[in-house]
Amino acid sequence: MSDNKSLENLVTQVRRDILRMVHKVNSGHPGGSLGCAEFLVTLYNDIMKLNDGFSMDGKEEDVFFLSNGHISPVIYSVLARRGYFPVDELNTFRLLDSRLQGHPTTHEGLPGIRIASGSLGQGMSVAIGTALTKKLNGDQHIVYSLHGDGELQEGQIWEAAMYASGNNVDNYIATVDYNKKQIDGATDDVLPLGSLSAKFEAFGWEVLEIEEGNNIQAIKDGMAAAKAKTGKGKPVVVLLHTEMGNGVDFMMNTHAWHGKAPNDEQLESALAQNPETLGDY
Amino acid sequence: MKKYTNTGNKDTRSGFGDGLTELGKTNPNVVALCADLTGSLKMNAFKDNHPERFFQIGIAEANMIGIAAGMTIGGKIPFTGTFANFSTGRVYDQIRQSVAYSDKNVKICASHAGITLGEDGATHQILEDIGLMKMLPGMTVINTCDYNQTKAATLAIAEHHGPVYLRFGRPKVANFTPEDQTFEIGKAVQLTEGTDVTIVATGHLVWEAVQAAETLEAAGISAEVINIHTIKPLDEEAILASVAKTGCVVTAEEHNFLGGLGESVSRTLALHRPTPQEFVATNDTFGESGTPAQLMEKYGLNAASIVKAVNKVMIRK
Repeated sequence: MSDNKSLENLVTQVRRDILRMVHKVNSGHPGGSLGCAEFLVTLYNDIMKLNDGFSMDGKEEDVFFLSNGHISPVIYSVLARRGYFPVDELNTFRLLDSRLQGHPTTHEGLPGIRIASGSLGQGMSVAIGTALTKKLNGDQHIVYSLHGDGELQEGQIWEAAMYASGNNVDNYIATVDYNKKQIDGATDDVLPLGSLSAKFEAFGWEVLEIEEGNNIQAIKDGMAAAKAKTGKGKPVVVLLHTEMGNGVDFMMNTHAWHGKAPNDEQLESALAQNPETLGDY
Repeated sequence: MKKYTNTGNKDTRSGFGDGLTELGKTNPNVVALCADLTGSLKMNAFKDNHPERFFQIGIAEANMIGIAAGMTIGGKIPFTGTFANFSTGRVYDQIRQSVAYSDKNVKICASHAGITLGEDGATHQILEDIGLMKMLPGMTVINTCDYNQTKAATLAIAEHHGPVYLRFGRPKVANFTPEDQTFEIGKAVQLTEGTDVTIVATGHLVWEAVQAAETLEAAGISAEVINIHTIKPLDEEAILASVAKTGCVVTAEEHNFLGGLGESVSRTLALHRPTPQEFVATNDTFGESGTPAQLMEKYGLNAASIVKAVNKVMIRK
């Protein structure tokens, strides 16, 4: 367990990492990355039971899959800050010959990543597969996944959702970055998602909502409640109400920063709002 | 003179099913997934023997590929089963990202490949799957020719780490390769020795090639038949050694000439030994309903077509 203050410090540093990574290569996805910083920091440093070091098989530990791979800056920063690989390597994001590809992949052997993601809609199936293997292996640990809300427009998600409840995959917690925005605009304008909770309930899932998805204590409480629902015959989904671009005033309340890097002045302003805590890479 | 004897017609998919049944007993890490075609894929015995290791996915092939990829994490060896069309074209992106690019140890086992699927028609008769799969970096592509070879291949791919596409078919065809064969991935099998022409065949066309070789022999033409069960990685050495002797080649496959075995052979020859080649394959077309034999004849995929192609290529030497 980690106290909220140290998690908050880590979040601030992760925000700086995200902003500096995308600024350097003038590409990448800061909006969703910032929106999920509190969640992923808390997941990796408070919620998940993890072994030291990295093994692809992830036996006897919790396993996480990032299905919306475009928010790679945040997962790279969280993994590096958790010690999976040197923090300095964040300098190589999206550069030639880097292990930190535009979207996460196993191809270059980056510790902490177990599946490629980027083409959307595939991570829930993968997570279910690993959850099934955990059951076969008698491994009591939990599988987590994160999905964008726009990603739920992909049909494969609902194939997977139907499978998970139909087959009692109850060692699995899916989470949704419910910021109600996607590249082209508001999800309501692009393709309305309707009631996500009603949809998942109709598919036979336990549904929980974390109304303050950028609040560390709310995340802790919500995920503890989610964990308490595992092992009871149903898959669990958590709808995280987040703010895209959280922590940088001009990146919030808009979808404009979904896939756009800040320029020099914007970076300066964004970093000023998030003073260095643990040391920049 | 008969060089190969048909020990009785059997379907290649039963070779897969029986291989899987054996793997169920010998390899506790093997798991099987099926998208509502358990009977067609001959997976019932595995399902009955090991219900805890059999996963009925329903009609959701994309989900099946993703689940298979996820199951490798923790050490399982998933074998997915559905028709070739639904094993490849329908799930290309899932295979590309979650299996091939992620280097997952998934065995994609595809029945009812090619035109011999028959009466169901073109919606189900994929003639592009070898091309789709061989273009994926890291993917091993295997197309077996009979029951015995399919069973041996099924056992062999469980021992090979990495993604594999195993392609086989629906109809009962000659079973003529040895029952006790060792299947070596990437290693061609020379079936007849010859000096005038090389016939490189895969899948159901291998038996047709052997038949063609007998007809040719009666006409005084000595054909060397090579059974290429592995299209990727291709046994270039075996092909080059043979054409060094014969000076011409016919490739034969139940697949579009675009993207198939023939093109892989052409590339090898273009790089190392430019050689006249004729293609027995479908001619950039979809299939249609009919019996397997009718379709093989109409689309020029039988022994007679191979003989014609040999006569044509010999003139070009």
